[in-house]
Amino acid sequence: MDGPLALETSGLTKVYGSGHTEVVAMRDATMRVRRGEVVALLGPSGAGKSTFLLCVGLINPPTRGRVSIGGRLMQDGSRSLGDLRRFRRENIGFVFQKSNLIPFLNAVDNVQVVGELIGRPASQARRRAMELLDALGVGPRARNMPTQLSGGEQQRVTIARALANQPSLILADEPTAALDGVRGRQVMELFRNVAHEHGTGVIVVTHDHRALDVFDTVYEMEDGSLKPASRA
Amino acid sequence: MNLAVRDIRHSLGRFTLTTIGVGMLLMVVMGMGGIYRGLVDDALVVTRGVGADLWVVQRDTRGPFAEVSRLPRSLVDRVATVPGVRDSREFVFHTIQREHRDKPLRMGVLGLGWPIDKGQRLLLVAGRPLAQNHFEMIADESLGLGLGEKLRLGKDTYTVVGITRWLVTSGGDGIACFTSRDAQAIQFDEPGESVRLERQARRDRAGEIDFGRTQPSVLERASGRSGNIAALPGPAISAVIARLAPGTDANEVQMLMGGWSDVTTYTQTQQEELLLKGSVDRARRQILLFRVLLTVISAVIMALIISTLTLDKLHPIALLKLIGAPNRTIVGLILQQSLIMGVLAFGVGYIIGLRLFPMFPRRVLVTNDDLIRVAGIVVVISVFASLLGIWKAMRVAPNEAIG
Repeated sequence: MDGPLALETSGLTKVYGSGHTEVVAMRDATMRVRRGEVVALLGPSGAGKSTFLLCVGLINPPTRGRVSIGGRLMQDGSRSLGDLRRFRRENIGFVFQKSNLIPFLNAVDNVQVVGELIGRPASQARRRAMELLDALGVGPRARNMPTQLSGGEQQRVTIARALANQPSLILADEPTAALDGVRGRQVMELFRNVAHEHGTGVIVVTHDHRALDVFDTVYEMEDGSLKPASRA
Repeated sequence: MNLAVRDIRHSLGRFTLTTIGVGMLLMVVMGMGGIYRGLVDDALVVTRGVGADLWVVQRDTRGPFAEVSRLPRSLVDRVATVPGVRDSREFVFHTIQREHRDKPLRMGVLGLGWPIDKGQRLLLVAGRPLAQNHFEMIADESLGLGLGEKLRLGKDTYTVVGITRWLVTSGGDGIACFTSRDAQAIQFDEPGESVRLERQARRDRAGEIDFGRTQPSVLERASGRSGNIAALPGPAISAVIARLAPGTDANEVQMLMGGWSDVTTYTQTQQEELLLKGSVDRARRQILLFRVLLTVISAVIMALIISTLTLDKLHPIALLKLIGAPNRTIVGLILQQSLIMGVLAFGVGYIIGLRLFPMFPRRVLVTNDDLIRVAGIVVVISVFASLLGIWKAMRVAPNEAIG
């Protein structure tokens, strides 16, 4: 796949503890994701997938290695937490296993808040939020609180929120785990459409091998090591 | 989008109940200040109400409000002759307790210097000032006496002709105003038997001396009214109050009377200071300490409430950090909630207080200055209360939103 890079990691390593309690959660992880590319990351529990996402998402700094997002070197130990947080809100979208919506905001507010955080005027952020909710088929539920939405609807709102800042990279950690097979596949297809339409690089951590045909590239992680995987 | 308001709307019931609770606490803080102001105002209302420039009292005493002061009535005329004094009159003040309608009736008895002072300076809410030298009274409404009601005090019956408001002693008892003669009659009233025994004793003493035995008229006088015996002094008054002629320096007149060895003179300002530093001071300090204590308690309670509200929001706060919300957004969320709670609680406290304070047995005087001061304290408390919550919020890591 051609196009500018959404993400590039090299030699990404994360070590917890020290001395005889040292645990290597991730070792020399190298990955390239282009804009518009949808990448699946497979692997058993404890393999280091979430650690990889946290490092790439600029939440947890790696012990070694570098992370570049949208061509900008972000994770090399030289950036302050404030810088990383600012970059995160402008360039990265997150989707997690649990919908993780802010409980005191309704669906549209949950999406709008991201637009306002990156400095858009409230009216513009709201318009964009409504467009995204409509595009994801949850427009009619815009004024419902998270507890009034089904699991699938909540996940769609979360995806809309992840798109609200027009990110160059979306990180999704088992986004379909709480959904049935049909809805899970719908969400995966949604990621593909989003990636292709918005030119966003998407990394999805998943256990669901049934929907692998949706992805452009598949990686596998085992014992902290990352490698390209076959689709078999 | 205001996250603080959205969160409040989401948990409106709990926020409202908490705010009402804090508001009632603030109402007590306001009330304490009001009780203090009321105490001071009540203490000064009589001294200011009589319109005196100088107070002449018994030598080395602190005046009629601090201790017993007894002066002869003739001092009124002596003070009137001092250059610069426009007029002088008697001041009689004491407290009595009687039974009325089967209930104890405690009142301050204030003697007005008839005919100069008929009570026209008093704030009358009903009726009129005194119109005759005897048997009329003006009562404060806190005494529960009605216009035209008759009250027997001693051997005489007095009719309520006027009603005042907020005319009370520093102890909070309602004041009734009489002419100074009537006030003295009430003060020095003795039962008939006691008078008879005193007259008999006088007659016996007169009979034991030659002069009494040789002069029958002496025995006759001794067993009659004490007012007819020139050697006996008339009833004492509490103080003499003087008004000065326009342009007269009160300190100069005070210095002039300073040479009199039987009296002490105070200016109006000194009398007020004596009152506040004397009988009222301890109560004033006690209330002030209570007020400080309540303010600290309010601050601690608010801090705990805001901290608990923040603890309930740690996950959304972690989520906000995860999506890149800057610290100022999170600090703003907590601080604004704290301030909103503080301001609303202040309003709740004020409104409840407005309805509740008039029912208090003593006056609760909440001034605008005090309200502004409490509002300032509330803002400081709100900021202080949010610090604990902010500290906790700052320690939350964004990855806690994922777990």
